[in-house]
Amino acid sequence: MNHLDLSLVDWSRGQFALTAIYHWFFVPLTLGLSFIVAFMETMYVRTGKEEWKNITKFWMTLFGINFAIGVATGIILEFEFGTNWSNYSWIVGDIFGAPLAIEGIFAFFLESTFIAIMFFGWNKVSKNFHLLSTWLVAIGSNLSALWILVANAWMQYPVGMHFNPDTARNEMVNFWSVISPVAINKFYHTVTSSYMVAAIFVVGISAWFLLKKRNIEFAKKSMMLASIFGLLASILTATNGDRSAELVAQKQPMKLAAMEGLYEGKNGAGLIVFAIHNPEKKFDNEKKDYLFKIEIPKALSMLGFKDPNAFVPGIKDLINGNKENNIPSADEKIIKGKIAIDALIKYKEAKKINDQLGQEKQKSILEANYKNFGYGYFKDKTDLVPNVPLVFYSFHIMVMLGFFFIFLFITLVILLYRNKIENKKILLRIALWSIPLGYLASQLGWVVAEVGRQPWTIYEILPTIASTSHLSTGIVQTTFFLFLILFTILLITEIRIMLKQIKTGPKENN
Amino acid sequence: MFENLSLETLQIIWWMIVSLLGSILVFLMFVQGGQTLIFQIAKTEDERTMLINSIGRKWDLTFTTLVTFGGAFFASFPLFYATSFGGAYWVWIVILFSFIIQAVSYEYRKKANNFLGQKTFEIFLFINGILAPLCIGTAVGTFFTGSAFYINDMNLSEWKNSARGLEALLDYRNVTLGISVYFLTRILGAQYFISSINDEQIYKRSKIIIKKNAYYFTIFFVSFLSFLVKMDGYAVNPTTHEITKESTKYLHNLIQMPVVGFAFVIGALLVYAGIFLNLLKDNIRGIWLTALGSIIVVFSLFMIAGLNHTAFYPSNYDLQSSLTIYNSSSSHFTLTTMSYVAKAVPLVVAYIWYAWKSMNKKSIDNDEMKENEHVY
Repeated sequence: MNHLDLSLVDWSRGQFALTAIYHWFFVPLTLGLSFIVAFMETMYVRTGKEEWKNITKFWMTLFGINFAIGVATGIILEFEFGTNWSNYSWIVGDIFGAPLAIEGIFAFFLESTFIAIMFFGWNKVSKNFHLLSTWLVAIGSNLSALWILVANAWMQYPVGMHFNPDTARNEMVNFWSVISPVAINKFYHTVTSSYMVAAIFVVGISAWFLLKKRNIEFAKKSMMLASIFGLLASILTATNGDRSAELVAQKQPMKLAAMEGLYEGKNGAGLIVFAIHNPEKKFDNEKKDYLFKIEIPKALSMLGFKDPNAFVPGIKDLINGNKENNIPSADEKIIKGKIAIDALIKYKEAKKINDQLGQEKQKSILEANYKNFGYGYFKDKTDLVPNVPLVFYSFHIMVMLGFFFIFLFITLVILLYRNKIENKKILLRIALWSIPLGYLASQLGWVVAEVGRQPWTIYEILPTIASTSHLSTGIVQTTFFLFLILFTILLITEIRIMLKQIKTGPKENN
Repeated sequence: MFENLSLETLQIIWWMIVSLLGSILVFLMFVQGGQTLIFQIAKTEDERTMLINSIGRKWDLTFTTLVTFGGAFFASFPLFYATSFGGAYWVWIVILFSFIIQAVSYEYRKKANNFLGQKTFEIFLFINGILAPLCIGTAVGTFFTGSAFYINDMNLSEWKNSARGLEALLDYRNVTLGISVYFLTRILGAQYFISSINDEQIYKRSKIIIKKNAYYFTIFFVSFLSFLVKMDGYAVNPTTHEITKESTKYLHNLIQMPVVGFAFVIGALLVYAGIFLNLLKDNIRGIWLTALGSIIVVFSLFMIAGLNHTAFYPSNYDLQSSLTIYNSSSSHFTLTTMSYVAKAVPLVVAYIWYAWKSMNKKSIDNDEMKENEHVY
């Protein structure tokens, strides 16, 4: 670990964030639109009406444009674990590699095999086989999300492994516990929120057609299907979002404290509805935490622990410790972490000279302190606090947008049901301009998950600073800008093609 | 069932699984080979569209196999994943960039308002077609020739050459293998055009390509083999796990593993049998023999590289840092778990075969290109 270099870590994080953000521009639409298209094609097969076929083909074209760039931006993420995070790849590869391989075997092949039939098989296979292929593409896409989210959830809540001092890595001991409640909920929350983003995309584009008074029937049918799909997805997202917050409260208390900007822990903690964070506030000064805030009393305790009077630890409690609530200080953890690291080094030395007793002794010290192993890499306890304003605002804007989308979908479903949507120009414009808001909410969700987890790659086990490859900062800076340029060009290309296809519109019915 | 197998047996099984994936990847790079031929075989826009649509319906499968190959290596031999990807950084970045530009090119090539223009996307395909087989082949060459890396007591790796993997291009033996793979993919690409496109001109020109590239492939592949059988290899002592250089180790491996040696010869014969089927018998199914032969030959090479107590990723900076299937693998538990997962592979192969058959039962022709709404 002699090469620890903060600028290398920052640039490596920057590159991963850049590539992940670009990739995530395309994934939610793939996850959601694949199902929306499958529903549309089901309508075509069931009714036999050509207009449903045209509707399906129009949205399928947009799906294809989005899918291609999603695949292009996705390949780098898997290999980046090796290229830029090679220490991570060794230290946790025994656990982390398995979901990635399973994703390839179970999901990617399903997607890549049947997508060719979905696009080119209209006249080559039967109607039902084509429909099945479309559904299998949707299932394959979502299965792929399952496995990568299992892997990500394990980074947030590492379970089912033990540390082997001989190999100096964590090794899996229970596969099924890796698919933890955190993983399952993360999957639900991510896919349902992605369905919501895709529904907003379809609703927004349909609104544009209605505003232009073009392809009215196509737009109304698309909007109705997407609004119902979006409404269900947004309600589910809110429900499993609540469970997400509960799991974060129990498993990642520092992340919850950052999400809520909670510096001082308290019993019966309130939930912030709206607030302006004081930019000068740090956990170790006495400045006011908010310049302005509206909160629901006791709601955070209720959300996190289903008890209105439960104690919710704040950043100060987690760093300085809180004996009353049995929370050790970061200084204690750092000391124990350093003991664990030292024991590992001495274990290796004892092994070299074949000193069995020495090995046993160091192994027991290591095991006794392993829980805090990751803390041993830190010198300054303030490094253990994530970026509070970024996590706080990301979380609250995401939640506000989530509620706005529920309201939007309810309104749309009612007006579509009453056949009064066409003249509601303001609402249609809101629906159109909600497209970027959907993407924003989705990206902010990842900011909360990933920035909130800092400074860890594997929560409390492996710090980000100890996870990188042994590279020079200059190399990572170079590839950062290469990715930035390439992905930006591809994004511009994708948007231009997409806009042109939308303007061209669906094929008219005969 | 897998729980009772020894760690060494699981390591051998997983080396065989990743080797098989790598071998299938080489065959599926007929897509890349085809991409290098889109300007050479096609003389008109319609012809180029047929070529691109023929391989374009399979590009995703090659891409997925690459990703799964990477994932399987990560899951089964994570120390290789960490050492090679984090070390030979530039080689992998070049390979990945070439696949990124490939992934969008099929879909965006013909789309209106595509910003970069149709020609640019065709050039992207051409670049990927050259770089992917060349660089992957060269990278596999280092399995025999070695790389400069060091692994410390904590199993964390450091690359000891500032060229970060590009130095592999300076070793003629690696490059010879890379060029062999390049010509092999071009042969397979042309064979695939013959098998999937119903067009007289494309058929004739593809046959010429197969003939020429078969010569070039033979020259480079035989050269690589002559280097391989003469070069020093990296042997692992099965008891102490100490690594030593052994003269003509890979020749020894061929002799000491007669099944592998036999398979290698059969594979090579099948490669040429497929070519002869295309050239002399005018049979459009030559690709299947060449494909099977390619898979067997590449698989045999992986066996020579990693089995019979051989370091499959040697370090020429520090011999004892070399990676073997024993010191770089996942734990017994993970390999066992992944072995259960691998039991699903026959199902995956079955549905790929069924879908392939459904889509390829009628050859592509110009009429289909004009009738279809979704064309690459």
